[in-house]
Amino acid sequence: MTRSARLLTLLIAVVLLGAVGTGAVLYAADRSGRRDQEQAGGPPVHPGIVTLKPTGRQLVVRNLAWGPHRDELATVPADRPDGPRTVSGEKCLRFHAAAGTGICLQAEHGALEDTYQAVVLDDRLHELHRFPAAGIPTRARVSPSGHLVAWTVFVSGDSYAGTDFSTRTAIVDTRDWRLEDNLETFALIMDGHPYRASDTNIWGVTFADDNRFYATVATGGQTYLVQGDLAARTLTTLHQNVECPSLSPDGTRIAYKKRVAGASPDAPWRLYVLDLATMTETATAEQRNIDDQALWADDHTLVYAMPGDYGSDLWTTPADGSGAPARLMTSAVAPAYLG
Amino acid sequence: MYLADSRQSKSRASTNEAVAPDTRPGRRAAAIPGTVLALGAVSLVTDVSSEMVSAVLPLYVVAALGLSPLGFGLLDGINNGVGALVRLLGGHLADRGGSRHKAVAAVGYGLSAVCKPLLLLVHTLPLISGVLAVDRTGKGLRTAPRDAMISLATAPEHRGRAFGVHRAMDTTGALLGPLLAFAILRLTVDGYDAVFAVSGCVAALGVLVLLLFVPGRVRESEPAVRPTLRDAVVLLRRPALRRLTLCAVLLGLTTVSDSFLYLLLQRELHLSAHLFPLLPLGTAAVFLLLAVPLGMLADTIGRRTLFLAGHGALLAGYGLVLTLHGPAVIPAVLLLHGTFYAATDGVLAAATAGTVPADQQGAGQALVGTGQALARFVCSLAFGALWSVWGGRTALAVTATGLAVAALTATALLRPDRSAPTDPTEDEVSAA
Repeated sequence: MTRSARLLTLLIAVVLLGAVGTGAVLYAADRSGRRDQEQAGGPPVHPGIVTLKPTGRQLVVRNLAWGPHRDELATVPADRPDGPRTVSGEKCLRFHAAAGTGICLQAEHGALEDTYQAVVLDDRLHELHRFPAAGIPTRARVSPSGHLVAWTVFVSGDSYAGTDFSTRTAIVDTRDWRLEDNLETFALIMDGHPYRASDTNIWGVTFADDNRFYATVATGGQTYLVQGDLAARTLTTLHQNVECPSLSPDGTRIAYKKRVAGASPDAPWRLYVLDLATMTETATAEQRNIDDQALWADDHTLVYAMPGDYGSDLWTTPADGSGAPARLMTSAVAPAYLG
Repeated sequence: MYLADSRQSKSRASTNEAVAPDTRPGRRAAAIPGTVLALGAVSLVTDVSSEMVSAVLPLYVVAALGLSPLGFGLLDGINNGVGALVRLLGGHLADRGGSRHKAVAAVGYGLSAVCKPLLLLVHTLPLISGVLAVDRTGKGLRTAPRDAMISLATAPEHRGRAFGVHRAMDTTGALLGPLLAFAILRLTVDGYDAVFAVSGCVAALGVLVLLLFVPGRVRESEPAVRPTLRDAVVLLRRPALRRLTLCAVLLGLTTVSDSFLYLLLQRELHLSAHLFPLLPLGTAAVFLLLAVPLGMLADTIGRRTLFLAGHGALLAGYGLVLTLHGPAVIPAVLLLHGTFYAATDGVLAAATAGTVPADQQGAGQALVGTGQALARFVCSLAFGALWSVWGGRTALAVTATGLAVAALTATALLRPDRSAPTDPTEDEVSAA
């Protein structure tokens, strides 16, 4: 091959590959454009006023239904979850609220890469404070009093084809805006002894009160339920094989993801409930893989996200292992009960 | 295409010296060989492609697939081991027969290229891990033949610069990839499939540049005898290569992995969590800027000298982390860390080239590179264990002490310069 023949070959290849690449980008852009158009048969969506202190009991979710209000916070009456949604204009990847305080994890699209923000909102969804978050948002919780907020993000190692994921979990006191940036700096007490490791990961905070919380700690290939003490900056292990804990309103039980033996490696988790007094585990009737931090609708009922046609749907099942799971609403994720 | 016509056929007995093109008297040997630029371009394009995927993969897994990726990294250890063996195999296969370097490298680049469109088809963590493992196998295969081709195409006295140019181009691609990937994500609103498709096209372009513009034979003559696997092992009987491998392993055993170092920076120097993703960028930028100048410096003052000095910079970086406090120290640490890479990565390959005959460049590069990679992996395991027992700070202090001892030992090993260092290339082929 002569030099000019090689250059010509390269030129043709650049044009062809460029066309394929451009086609892929245009196709994807067109598809994302369709997502901005309202889906036929989807839930009715109306812009309106969303408040975190409503008069009646409401469910707030991140609305995933296609249309101009996709990804916005939306409320529905708690007793009519499949009814019309009131959307707020506020977009969040993850959200949780309690006692008039909201925590909204947002993405900010930059030129170099996405950056993430943890935004604390008041009951009218006005921004009170924002903190830079270290990575991709995955969990968010507000304490029952509305005073403390917590969030977990994923960060990834930057190695070649990096597959080395870890988490960062932060807690903020909204009364003085004191930030615990990384719970990995807390002292970990495992089976009564101080424990140190480079591979600790912490995620999925759930608050008991304005000091005590529960979370998952992973180290050495094992996960643990820990009880955290914010003032003492300690984490104490309580139980093994617990991920994404969620404390019941009466404070007696933890709903969580349990890695079960014999499950497929890409769907290893089932929804369980742990009684904190007796440390007995109860399997719920939900037989499918779950990958969410469950929410307690009341002391007897769990709500959680499952993959759905438009990203994810919300399902519900009794906490005592009885009954059967049922779909609560479609095209929604990150629920919280208000009022 | 670049192929120096000045090379003479050599019998096996006299191939103890890698070919030295462009050294005819009267001709300035300043130009960077076309083969090196072509291989640099291939690496640049390929790194754009692979870093596009790396940059969006976490987001894709978490945000688009809705999966929890913790524990995803568990396969990394196995991948490292397999990657090391594949690298040895790549180096060995590449030496067998005249034009195998290019062929083996092409298989390596091709294997990684087909992985990109495969990502469009797999949607579970085990399968994604599998595709990434194949991608890495491709990388393992191509590394040694590529470095061998760079060595063979370059006059010995300019190899430091040639590897510097290659590493700078490679790093440029790594920095451009994420920019392109996020531009596409902006344009398509979460069009991860578009990112993977474009990444596949870019990777295909890289393979094509390799096939079109890297000469099939960087050496003119077929060796009379094909090196066998045994020859590859016997390579270690060469005192110069043995010393260099030993030093690379010793120093590798005390080189804390990037991820541990960044974790330490965050925890010990109290860097706020959201600035964490900037740390690798800092190291890469310094590496990019210094790779060529330090490569040229290596050609002047000696590669082994600079290789040792680079580890001195790393030791100084550890020292800063251990003695000073506050995030203000971090830029200085990253400057030293990037300098360490610029002074050691390509420079080690250039030093290796000088210690093995032309027909075993692939195996030689693979041997030293694999030794270093496995040593660093062992260091990671040990460092993690030390951290568990004594905490990160003490683990770093222990490693820094180890590095100082290893550097002193390496200095002694690499300085048996019986002759005055008049030959700046420090090639030790004559000692073999």
